[in-house]
Amino acid sequence: MSVLVNKDTRVVFTGITGKSGGFHAKQCMEYGTQVVAGVTPGKGGQLFEGSVPVFNTVTDSVEQAGANTACVFVPPPFAADSILECLDAGIELIIAITEGIPVNDMAKVKKKLLQTNARLIGPNCPGVITPGECKIGIMPGYIHKPGTVGIVSRSGTLTYEAVWQVTSLGYGQSTCIGIGGDPINGTNHTDAIKLFNEDPDTEAIVMIGEIGGDAEENACAYIKEHVKKPVAGFIAGTTAPPGRRMGHAGAIVSGGSGTAEAKIAAMEAAGVVVAKTPSDMGTALLEAWGK
Amino acid sequence: MNIHEYQAKQLFEKYGIPCPKGHATDSKEEFESCIDRLGDGLIVVKSQIHAGGRGKGTFTDGFQGGVKLAKSKEEALDFANRMLNNTLVTIQTGPAGREVQTVYFTEGADIDKEYYLAILMDRATSAPVVVASTEGGVEIEKVAEETPEKIFKAFVDPTIGLQPHQARNVAFKLGFEGKQAGECAKLIFNLYKMFWDKDADMVEVNPMISTPEGGVMALDAKVSFDSNALYRHKDIMAYRDLNEEDPKEIEASKYDLNYIALDGNIACLVNGAGLAMATMDIINHCGGEAANFLDVGGGATAEQVTAAFKIILSDPKVEGILVNIFGGIMQCDVIAQGVIEAAKAVELDKPLVVRLEGTNVNEGKKLLADSGIEITSADSLADAAQKIVDIVAKN
Repeated sequence: MSVLVNKDTRVVFTGITGKSGGFHAKQCMEYGTQVVAGVTPGKGGQLFEGSVPVFNTVTDSVEQAGANTACVFVPPPFAADSILECLDAGIELIIAITEGIPVNDMAKVKKKLLQTNARLIGPNCPGVITPGECKIGIMPGYIHKPGTVGIVSRSGTLTYEAVWQVTSLGYGQSTCIGIGGDPINGTNHTDAIKLFNEDPDTEAIVMIGEIGGDAEENACAYIKEHVKKPVAGFIAGTTAPPGRRMGHAGAIVSGGSGTAEAKIAAMEAAGVVVAKTPSDMGTALLEAWGK
Repeated sequence: MNIHEYQAKQLFEKYGIPCPKGHATDSKEEFESCIDRLGDGLIVVKSQIHAGGRGKGTFTDGFQGGVKLAKSKEEALDFANRMLNNTLVTIQTGPAGREVQTVYFTEGADIDKEYYLAILMDRATSAPVVVASTEGGVEIEKVAEETPEKIFKAFVDPTIGLQPHQARNVAFKLGFEGKQAGECAKLIFNLYKMFWDKDADMVEVNPMISTPEGGVMALDAKVSFDSNALYRHKDIMAYRDLNEEDPKEIEASKYDLNYIALDGNIACLVNGAGLAMATMDIINHCGGEAANFLDVGGGATAEQVTAAFKIILSDPKVEGILVNIFGGIMQCDVIAQGVIEAAKAVELDKPLVVRLEGTNVNEGKKLLADSGIEITSADSLADAAQKIVDIVAKN
């Protein structure tokens, strides 16, 4: 079992004929994901990899190929429009990989998103994977293993690091959710932890955060109140200088808020076992889990 | 991206936001004409650097204050001459300070009362927010802590923008009355228009002032922009001042590398922003200090890796290098090849610790082992950090 995606998920890739969209669509197909359609305006009628139909619009992919989940790979200037198109087409789950979408565009998307029942993951994220069933995104499939640990993170490679540590210790993952490094995202830490908390097959949770904003603090308030499952965590950016954006648009300490110290304190207050270094995420999980 | 105050004021003028008349120049020869074009009365002489805290700053030659009020043309000239090409140290510049390359002259304004006004994107609500306070000219963080009741906010629906009544509400809450409230509301409304049109990250007017004549104007201006949106604002791009950026960061931006110079002596090269931050953290945990943040991205080429090596080695503080790659889509053997080529191209003479994990890790490790380059390999992130810290400490 899992959250968000599984073997029945039917995925449409927007931007499938682009270089990275095409590369990753193929990787996802090789993992076993049901990629049922692609969308590139003006290229409708083509076949991707000889088997996946390409449509001009997302609506066509829903009506003709039965897509219910979208993976957005279009370049930043057009990505917000692609997400809005998915919303208009009635897609239930939209996973936006694109990095570099202007924040004003995302503010408009978020406003519209809240008027629908759809869920957006990302943007600027590695995607979502339910090991052994469905991979939607750019993460390397083989480091994962089916299991019962739910992992949520704002960072890509740091998530891989956590996944790899958990897998190397002999445990697998129910689902891994990359919520992305942008200041405005569709799904935050609290949303993801809520999903894991309510999933009967997720037994333990790893939460990886970084400097900037207060999403981690809010998630900790939720954990304190509602989560009985063991939670381990890590916050990146203890040594980041204030006022500088550390690669991710959202990773910035400004005006004394968004510091790693405040997030770590919130985690500890919520009973989360905090890894002292990024090398200890796996062992922190075992400690929280009592394994 | 940050811009200078005088550039922000040029934008303000285009958007009908009143501010004191002013002229900027980077040349001593133009000082007089800048001053002559201003009206009679007091002249404010302002050093133009991106860092805040200019007024209370000190120049490295001992001259006090990066913003000065002059009572005469002669005094203004004297101040400007002492500022230009002098290095100003403020609480935000760090001890090295920043060289003043442009001086901005403005007319002195009659101040009735000072206020604070800013517009920024609120992450919690995913919407722009107007923040105003009756406590102008001081740090807003201090006000928020000590007298939060003096801060007023208006949240904006990004799909319809700031509405006139919201701007009026803020003006009335600040205590403005009658026609002057209308002037304040108009300033807020126009400032929002600029904020949204130009994809600003934040606009801060501290202070906004009321004048005895019933006017409202922006005395100072601090504006920064969303780097992701610069592609659609050629006019804003033209405001970029390379003198305000670290040369290593400028070079890195040419290769699409995310590089930030720091104070330590251990350079790091990592793929992914979160992992790059975590690598800095673990170096610190092991007793060392990172010389930089460097994210080579998810699909770095050998050319990018070589450029990255050259940039981190151009920092004279660097005494050792840690390469930490979690190969996902990016394969470890490709990265290893890049490291080898780079090490040869730059004639690497600093200790190098490499930690590879992920796709094709064994091929990658073999390439490094066979390369003839002196590389210490590490099995985990913790192992890698400890090794480079120990090696650098020993040397």
